[in-house]
Amino acid sequence: MVVLKKLGSAITDLIPIILVVVFFQLVVIQQPFPNIGEVVFGSFFVIIGLMLFIEGLEIGLFPIGEAMAYALAKKGSLFWLMVFSFALGFSTTIAEPALIAVSKEAGRIAAQAELIDNAQGTIDTYAMGLRLSVAFSVGLAIVIGVLRILKGWPVYYLIIGGYVVVMLMTVVAPKEIIGLAYDAGGVTTSTITVPLVTALGVGLSNTIKGRSPLVDGFGLIAFASLLPMIFVMGYGLFWF
Amino acid sequence: MISFLKDFFQILLYTVRDVTPILILILFFQLVILKQPIPHLKRVVLGGVYVVLGLAFFLLGLEKALFPIGEIMATQLSDPFFLGAAAGEELDWKSYYWIYIFAALIGFSTTIAEPSLIAVAMKATEVSTGTISQWGLRITVALGVAFALALGTFRIVTGTPLHLYIMGGYIVVVIQSIFAPKQLIALAYDSGGVTTSTVTVPLVAALGLGLSTAVPGRNAAIDGFGLIAFASLFPIISVLGYAQFMHLKVKLSNKIKKP
Repeated sequence: MVVLKKLGSAITDLIPIILVVVFFQLVVIQQPFPNIGEVVFGSFFVIIGLMLFIEGLEIGLFPIGEAMAYALAKKGSLFWLMVFSFALGFSTTIAEPALIAVSKEAGRIAAQAELIDNAQGTIDTYAMGLRLSVAFSVGLAIVIGVLRILKGWPVYYLIIGGYVVVMLMTVVAPKEIIGLAYDAGGVTTSTITVPLVTALGVGLSNTIKGRSPLVDGFGLIAFASLLPMIFVMGYGLFWF
Repeated sequence: MISFLKDFFQILLYTVRDVTPILILILFFQLVILKQPIPHLKRVVLGGVYVVLGLAFFLLGLEKALFPIGEIMATQLSDPFFLGAAAGEELDWKSYYWIYIFAALIGFSTTIAEPSLIAVAMKATEVSTGTISQWGLRITVALGVAFALALGTFRIVTGTPLHLYIMGGYIVVVIQSIFAPKQLIALAYDSGGVTTSTVTVPLVAALGLGLSTAVPGRNAAIDGFGLIAFASLFPIISVLGYAQFMHLKVKLSNKIKKP
């Protein structure tokens, strides 16, 4: 019974996509479905996958994230908490497939625009540097976010301050990198990082006296999407 | 069937590779720094296995079912023939109306199915003890993404500079942050980052690159980017707007009750 209910909610999550795709294929483009068998089979996998993922979140990722937050707060060592936060942000970002794809693309664009030498070695160094600087910025973002929870700083001062920096850097950064820098913020937060980071924030603000999980627990992901923009534009400035 | 299995193991391998650094980090901290066993170890391990298997199935299904169709659709909808250019009609930004509608609908529907957003919505409901409903948050965010993608495709078609839109958006967020109820601001900021992951990014990137290739005078390298930035900005505005709206509604009903 419980399984059926979970299956049902996974199907509900997918209904909008199915409706949109069917409507456009049949009514607007007016063409039959290509490989209908694979599509139906694939949709079945999506539903099973979503169901398993959400179950895994509830019994695995959320509890371990919160347990780590409690244990680190209880240990009372600011140093190790910061090391953990940085490592969590850095290690989950450096291997992120979306980031690898985006930085390769960025290297190609920079070479085309003749901002760097059009040699494979230079392009690879450029792409690797970009990946490292984004991963570093996400690690730093989680550190700042965790410090904010500890100190109880209001999130909007930091975010608005960050926006001002982004705006100022947009003015001076090379044009070719701006679109990419803006997108870099969005691609850094992967499906496994988000639940862990959220659980860390909520767990910490639950443990520390005077912090509310709703007001203080969220916000880590916001930093993790803002700081990479600044770092990517800074990276552009540094190279050119 | 054999190629299907091969694809599955390939994706499973990638997912395991993505999870490995996190696993090492957690193990190192639990065993070396904190020196304690992991609480409810069996359940947590089972959960981890579910997450990895679930993601692998999810990605495999998307690759087989959704992505090919989505990419074909994005290309077909921006095809000059489909838009009526063959009939000798002059193309202006209005000719692309199906693209805007498609972008909005695909943005809405993929955001509803986005696993990271589901995770954040689950936590938000839990810590607000039910005041924030899971579906309320997810639909608000999805509406934000829908508007963002419609506007983002419009920008690609017209070729207006990206940074003007983003800066305009930031100014709106800053003004909203001054007036919105403070409890929900952090959650609203987070909603921007979570909308764009597994499901949305590949489709949206295909749409942006396809469209900027098809529209005359656009350069894929410069104009193809930016849609993801839109999709991470506008949900912040929609969630802040929703929070303000609910706040005002409560305030108004209190005023009416008092006298």
